[in-house]
Amino acid sequence: MSGHSTYQPKTGIERWLDARLPIVRLMHDSAVSYPVPRNLNLLWTFGGILVFMLVAQIITGVILAMHYTPNATMAFNSVEHIMRDVNFGWLLRYLHSNGASMFFVAVYIHIFRGLYYGSYKAPREVLWILGVIIFLLMMATAFMGYVLPWGQMSFWGATVITNLFSALPVIGETIVTFLWGGYSVDNPTLNRFFSLHFLLPFMIAGVVVLHIWALHHVGQNNPTGVEVKDVKKDTVPFTPYATIKDLFGMVCFMLVFAWFVFYQPNFMGHADNYIPANPASTPAHIVPEWYFLPFYAILRAIPDKLGGVLAMGGAIVILAFLPWIDTSKVKSMTYRPIARQFFWMFVLVCIGLGYLGAMPADEPYVTISRILTVLYFGFFVALALIGIFERPAPLPTSIADSVLGGSGARLGHATAAAPQAKG
Amino acid sequence: MSLRLSLAGLVTGLTLAVSAPVLAAEGAPKPPAQSWSFAGPFGKFDQAQLQRGFKVAKEVCANCHAMNLIRFRNLSQPGGPGFTPSQVAALAASYTNIKDGPNDAGEMFERPGRPADAFPAPFANEQAARAANGGAYPPPIDMLAKARTYTRGFPTFIFDIFTQYQEQGPDYIVALLTGYAEPPAGVTLLPGQNYNNYMPGHLIAMPKPLSDGQVEYPKGADGKSPVPETVEQYSKDVAAFMVWMAEPHLEARKRMGFQVMIFLALFAGLLYFTKKKIWSRLPDHASAH
Repeated sequence: MSGHSTYQPKTGIERWLDARLPIVRLMHDSAVSYPVPRNLNLLWTFGGILVFMLVAQIITGVILAMHYTPNATMAFNSVEHIMRDVNFGWLLRYLHSNGASMFFVAVYIHIFRGLYYGSYKAPREVLWILGVIIFLLMMATAFMGYVLPWGQMSFWGATVITNLFSALPVIGETIVTFLWGGYSVDNPTLNRFFSLHFLLPFMIAGVVVLHIWALHHVGQNNPTGVEVKDVKKDTVPFTPYATIKDLFGMVCFMLVFAWFVFYQPNFMGHADNYIPANPASTPAHIVPEWYFLPFYAILRAIPDKLGGVLAMGGAIVILAFLPWIDTSKVKSMTYRPIARQFFWMFVLVCIGLGYLGAMPADEPYVTISRILTVLYFGFFVALALIGIFERPAPLPTSIADSVLGGSGARLGHATAAAPQAKG
Repeated sequence: MSLRLSLAGLVTGLTLAVSAPVLAAEGAPKPPAQSWSFAGPFGKFDQAQLQRGFKVAKEVCANCHAMNLIRFRNLSQPGGPGFTPSQVAALAASYTNIKDGPNDAGEMFERPGRPADAFPAPFANEQAARAANGGAYPPPIDMLAKARTYTRGFPTFIFDIFTQYQEQGPDYIVALLTGYAEPPAGVTLLPGQNYNNYMPGHLIAMPKPLSDGQVEYPKGADGKSPVPETVEQYSKDVAAFMVWMAEPHLEARKRMGFQVMIFLALFAGLLYFTKKKIWSRLPDHASAH
């Protein structure tokens, strides 16, 4: 999509800089003149929202780190010190803890959008895989962040999750010892988790740069899944068209974010995490944060520990292979009547698994988790098979046609009924 | 895998998943919802209630429970019980045995409390607390309003997002404090155990802490307390105070939240119309005008 640069340095300084480091040109080409399909709907604003969330998390996180003490005897009270005595500390902390949840809300919408519109298909395989890597890094970051307040769920969540690695043959025990920095979750664990929790967001930022680079190289997918054919007709310049739309989406998202931060700041957390960590007392139910619940349900659905760990890991890693699993040539599920139904079923399965992950590991939850785990992986098998026999609906000939209706012949008619660009 | 089969399985699964927690929750009754002045988007603490709650906490709870995340000075902070700084200084000074030091001679010494001091804990450590309470540990109560909850279940927890119900903690605390009862037939209590309708498992080490008339409330103009001096009223007052202890900036948070929501809503509205205007400039649109 990145064609000839349209950047024109206007002042002497700009020309001087452009000849030495064309950074303004780079910004102009990627955020101003970059052509975006004109038919993107509001689901495409979540990429921008995620960048915003990453930056917001880094800013609030860096300030929180100035007041936080990563020591097993002091961590809990230092968080309370932030909540009580630091100016607007409660705001920073609630922004950061709810920000993690909202980050995952946005990333799940972003991933499901990619699934629905086939954004993982050629030529966007690398773009998609980079996304899966970001998702994995996010999960690691969020998990370690949840440990830092050193409440009961922090401690026991860390114990359960790090213990999973011990299921791996031969190296398992060694990995767990390295994660713990000893022979149980303790102060060294908290220290290294704090260090890694600070490091990983910057690694995410690095992969995000690659993700955006790949995106700008191949161009955005769009709701029709039909590639851009004529840049003039099918696309609009990023600024002002996509910028204003992204900004609108972002502010709407911030409304939801603010609702939780100011009115329901503990809705997505767990009450037990306001009890200081106590290695001698196990909570009745150890549950991870809500965004891990579907994977937690898959973990517990498998009776064998190693099997459960592999199934849980596989549930995420399988996403990376999606470009080669899905056999259909048609990208957007709008034109795939059968795959579309399976997609919505998959959404329900994921929500169902999320619910089951929060339930105790008793009947009937275990049996239902097993059924839904099979359905989860069944979706990928189905995608491989459906593409072979499914007869897709006819695709529009171009993006412009899909927006303007039919051949675009109506363009000339000066009527108020001229179709509006979607969005 | 046929579509119909898997859909049927899914529907059965979800139905089961939804109905099961209702069955599971039958053992313990849900705490009744109280009406709280600090609930909702415009919620504010009732200062008189916080002052009464503090009196109950200080005279009853603090004999066994620590609340040392609270400092005396917090009691005169905006959005709190609204004591005056001089009242707080007098209160702090009434605790004469605050440990401090070492002094220039290297000795630890005791001095009267200052507003910056934490509320003194009744026991030096958890072991001392257990030793004095028959092996049971009275947990600190400064965070309990956020650290206690009960399962809301599906779909109630989704409605809670919109109703902003988040007072599970104080509702549970009131239910627990007023929930002491004689054990039903067949339940024998061991020494140090008490029966409570709302305690998970019903057995609680804390004896019934409150009784009617136990704490004397400030008198009104007619020489009588404006609120009844009953266990129920004490429980509500101390639960409200515990919410303030757990969330001392609640008022400021909700006030700022309203400003932020208004700002964002207006901003979103303006952006929406700006976006419409900008997109109408597209050449295809221009030709249609």
